[in-house]
Amino acid sequence: MSYFQIVWQWLTAAQQWHGSNGIPDRLVQHLEYTGIALAIATVIALPLGVAMGHARRGGFAIVSVANFGRALPTLGLLVLVYVLTSGSPASWLVPLAALAIPPILVNAYEGVLGVDPELTDAARGMGMSEWQILRKVEVPVALPLLLLGLRIAAIQVVATATIAAYIGLGGLGRYIIDGLASNEYNVVAGGAALVVLLALAVQAAFMLLRQLIVPQGLRHQTRSS
Amino acid sequence: MSWAWANRAMLAHYLGQHLYLSLMPILFGTVIAVPLGIACVRWRWAWPPVLSLTSIFYALPSLALFLVLIDYTGLTDWTVIIPLTLFSMSVLVPNVVDGLRSVPDPVRQAAAAMGFGMLRRLIQVELPLAIPVVIAGLRVATVASISLVSVGQLIGIGGLGYLFTDGEQRDFPTEIYAGLVLLVALALAADAVLLVARRLLTPWERGRVRRGTRRVLAVAWLGSRTDAT
Repeated sequence: MSYFQIVWQWLTAAQQWHGSNGIPDRLVQHLEYTGIALAIATVIALPLGVAMGHARRGGFAIVSVANFGRALPTLGLLVLVYVLTSGSPASWLVPLAALAIPPILVNAYEGVLGVDPELTDAARGMGMSEWQILRKVEVPVALPLLLLGLRIAAIQVVATATIAAYIGLGGLGRYIIDGLASNEYNVVAGGAALVVLLALAVQAAFMLLRQLIVPQGLRHQTRSS
Repeated sequence: MSWAWANRAMLAHYLGQHLYLSLMPILFGTVIAVPLGIACVRWRWAWPPVLSLTSIFYALPSLALFLVLIDYTGLTDWTVIIPLTLFSMSVLVPNVVDGLRSVPDPVRQAAAAMGFGMLRRLIQVELPLAIPVVIAGLRVATVASISLVSVGQLIGIGGLGYLFTDGEQRDFPTEIYAGLVLLVALALAADAVLLVARRLLTPWERGRVRRGTRRVLAVAWLGSRTDAT
């Protein structure tokens, strides 16, 4: 049987769709973890990145955080926090949020920093306060990059929440880890397919969001600037 | 520390495996991405579909791809190498395209005026000038690949990732620390090698004010600006 047949059979089996180990419950858990981690990371990183971009300061620190963040292995971070906190229920939250911070921070900083100084100078000349410049000029113009940072973070968190099933977290990763442990390849294959679909759905959702909230004039910015 | 020294043979073994598993995808990814990027610049209509494809590959969780591939490749190194190749490729292609497009038109025209043919212009003028942007992409792909290999440990092929799962099962943080330190050191070393390579390959950039460097870094992190806007 090919991979797709295995997955199809598993997905269409009735017992997959209800109960505490059913797909709907696992999906909701997965989205919950992703949402909480992403919200925490956003609250920390977005204002910080925007403020640093506005002040045009701290570029070196930001790039260092980004490079270091990219090098950190998710699995290693998860098991380390898990072992150090002797399996506390919140242990997954720290690595998940930590992984989401660098892309949000870097893109917020670069987005605001990249706003054409002529725009901010014009706003200043019109008598806008710094706060108004930030809110009415810099953030809207930087919106595509702010969203890109959130999208990259969301994709990473969805993937890492899957891996977190290894340290006992629920969510779609459960199928993968449990299936591997009990040698049931159809469960593993089904879980993998669901994770792929979820990642693509998240990607698509962010593209749609961009279409909806980014002003028309900014959507096709060329890279000539 | 003493634990790491006592087990240095084992650590070296996993370090070697990790290096192999993470660098093969970079090699294959580059071999695919450079011609593909060149083709996308040459034939403009090819770029939008290729870009969509790379952004899809970028989004796919590597663990899921490993598991899908088990059915085709069994539990071999290829199960890890192929998905990571796709990932590196999806990071590199936009950078190759951006790099080639960043070559100023007057430079291109000057080369044409000097009688350079299409191929010679590409090899002697356009590709060398694209090197900084391509290497920025290589840095992202390499560091990410080194960090992602450890996820392969969940199917038993993960280089230094072994130290994470083994440390977790034995409730032994030292082993996890050792894995993290070695892995981050490997990533930083690979990054340093690429920085040196860029310096050697682009002598004309030396001594120039480093204003442009940070922007290139940022573009690399974004994957692709075109994707962003």
